[in-house]
Amino acid sequence: MIKNNIIRVAVVGQPNVGKSMLINSLSNSNLKVGNFSGVTVEKIEARTVFNGFEIVFIDLPGSYSLKDYTIDEKVTTQFLDSDEYDIILNVIDSTQLEKNLYLTSQLLELNKKMVLILNIIDDSEARGIFIDSIQLSKLLGIRVEKSSAKTGKGRDDILNSLILSARENFIESKLQFSQPIEEELENISKFLVSINRDGSRRESLKLLRGKKIDRELAPILVSASKHLEVHYADLSIDEIFSEERIAIANGIAREVSKMTITKNRNLTEQIDEILIHQLYGLPIFLFLMWLLFQITFELGSIPMNLIDSVVASFGEYIGNYILNNEMRSLIVDGIISGVGAVLLFLPNILILFFGISLLETTGYMSRVAFLLDGFFHRFGLHGKSFIPLVTGFGCSIPAYMSARTLKSERDRLITMFIIGFMSCGAKLPVYVLFISAFFSSDEAGNILFGLYLIGAILGLIGAKILRKFIFKGEDEPFIMELPTYRLPTWKLVWHTVYIQALMYLKKAGTFILVASILIWFASNYPKIETANLIENNISKTEIKKFELENSYLGLAGKIVQPVFEPLGFDWQLTVSLFTGIAAKEVVVATLGVLYSVGDEVDETSESLIKKLQESIPLATAMAFLIFVMIYMPCFAASIVFVRETGKKIYYLYLLVFTTITAYISAFITYLIFTKI
Amino acid sequence: MKTLYELKKNEKTKVKTLHSRGVIRERLVSFGIVRDAEIEVKNCNFSKDNIEISVNGTFIALRSEEAKSIEVI
Ligand SMILES: Nc1nc2c(ncn2[C@@H]2O[C@H](COP(=O)(O)OP(=O)(O)O)[C@@H](O)[C@H]2O)c(=O)[nH]1
Ligand SMILES: [Mg+2]
Repeated sequence: MIKNNIIRVAVVGQPNVGKSMLINSLSNSNLKVGNFSGVTVEKIEARTVFNGFEIVFIDLPGSYSLKDYTIDEKVTTQFLDSDEYDIILNVIDSTQLEKNLYLTSQLLELNKKMVLILNIIDDSEARGIFIDSIQLSKLLGIRVEKSSAKTGKGRDDILNSLILSARENFIESKLQFSQPIEEELENISKFLVSINRDGSRRESLKLLRGKKIDRELAPILVSASKHLEVHYADLSIDEIFSEERIAIANGIAREVSKMTITKNRNLTEQIDEILIHQLYGLPIFLFLMWLLFQITFELGSIPMNLIDSVVASFGEYIGNYILNNEMRSLIVDGIISGVGAVLLFLPNILILFFGISLLETTGYMSRVAFLLDGFFHRFGLHGKSFIPLVTGFGCSIPAYMSARTLKSERDRLITMFIIGFMSCGAKLPVYVLFISAFFSSDEAGNILFGLYLIGAILGLIGAKILRKFIFKGEDEPFIMELPTYRLPTWKLVWHTVYIQALMYLKKAGTFILVASILIWFASNYPKIETANLIENNISKTEIKKFELENSYLGLAGKIVQPVFEPLGFDWQLTVSLFTGIAAKEVVVATLGVLYSVGDEVDETSESLIKKLQESIPLATAMAFLIFVMIYMPCFAASIVFVRETGKKIYYLYLLVFTTITAYISAFITYLIFTKI
Repeated sequence: MKTLYELKKNEKTKVKTLHSRGVIRERLVSFGIVRDAEIEVKNCNFSKDNIEISVNGTFIALRSEEAKSIEVI
């Protein structure tokens, strides 16, 4: 029965029931866990071996029902309809039995083997909810196990149940609809048998629900739906079935669960009294964001000097051992200053990601969507847009993907267009570099917060414009669950931060390393004759500058530079904008290379921060920051953008939209700061 | 007709009729918002554009348009 002893398990459940966490506990893997919808946006597999069977778990995006309401739910529904799997593992939150059983009743109709998991049992028992799992199993006709993904309770029972059910024969579900529907199902079934066709319940259901068009049965189906309409006050067949399902779910939940203690208000309600308070809610949120950026800067800058001096002395040390001048320049000025400039910001990145992952795992994110929806709505966005937008502070790539939780295509597109305004982690190094150079450390945290805020505000204005002129149309309704608050699981927060650190280092070691080499090469060649300059007693720094200006990079920069003249950018800044398209950290690496070339190699290299202070006026620096904040997404993000929007033309729109906005905003910034 | 939107904070009542149709109705129903379900208004946001309700231990945020389409006793 089971091929090669491999069992493929489709893990299905509503959002936040602990599917990902359960899979992690069953298979010792590290899938991402969050406490809002849309964390698992694509199906992910994890596997484990138990009693000689290989069990493959497929983590599907959370779905409230098998209705293609959002893209998430489409992915799940399509997978269940047409992919290969042996068993459905339906995970449900035992503190919300009725709501979860709604989906269960739909899953049972798929006629697949199924095991039901009463997850979060630790919480429901603590709240005094007792669930009779044996009775539940009888009513549904499938195996039911209690589990806590958090404590690992029920792990072996679940794996055993999966194997047992994989080996058993399939038994059709016993769920009964109400009288009128059952009558019609029987009519249809009898008629099908009388004309020698498949009269199974499944077939009759499909026909009754209009999922299959059939000439032969048209008369009997029409009379059936007339009959049902009378009973159900003119509802459509889908609406009727949704009411039937919740009635079944309600009936079962009442039958199998008992509340022994009745607490009036649980912790979630108490916390919400404060966090989503009508007056304090928004200020608290803004304060928390301010705090996050303050900490990101303050705490992150502590190890910065250390890293900076380690990198510098490392370069010096290595430099002493390299005899060949060209080679030394490549390694010290190219690789070490390029990569080192990026490494400097690792602590900031880690703190930011730590903060975002706290937002994600506690359940606060959905509250903010609630707080902001009214405001967002006026700008043509949806409260749920907040989730991709805040994810965008980390990285645009997952942000584009999490926009899938938005049901309306228009809301989704607008959100994706403005995700770039939410400065991603890779832009953070650029900000921190310039802020450190131009502001005192007391102001720095506030300036950083201010930059993010300006980005967000520009994004909102952008959304309004897009809504007004390009993506016109109706609004998506706002119906959103606010999940129970949960303490973050430190193991997973740690894991997220660790993965980010690793990715950042990997990027520095590969992508940015290569970019640094290329930039070094382009800034050192072609070699020009400087002998006559030396004879004319021109200082060494002047000569270096002359060489740099005549390098490939210098020439290219100078050709484009006039375009950026109104913003005050010199050719170095101009060049870094272009190299930054590869990845935003490369902006810093480029500046690291371009501004370090003027130095004597063996001199104690002055830090990039000081160099910038000397060579760039404040107005230019601010205009540059604003430009970097808004202009086009990096290469990797662009690819995901095209994939998620599904149309290349949108990418063109995005380029035009972001470039124009960036240029205008930077120009205004420049004007403001030159006037001061 | 009295709607959910007119309820005050912490006021409890029962649902009478849903006036929305189609997918929105199905989504509301799937959250347990059906005739006779007990419903309580928990919070609203600053602009009162959205309200939070509790049904069967689930907290659900709605926009005022949706709240106005839910008739209560
Ligand atoms: N108390 C408790 N919390 C859990 C349990 N399983 C998951 N959680 C928490 O529920 C939230 C959602 O978990 P996640 O795995 O992302 O849910 P998914 O959306 O179904 O994949 C997280 O905050 C988890 O820490 C459990 O068995 N007990
Ligand atoms: Mg998940």
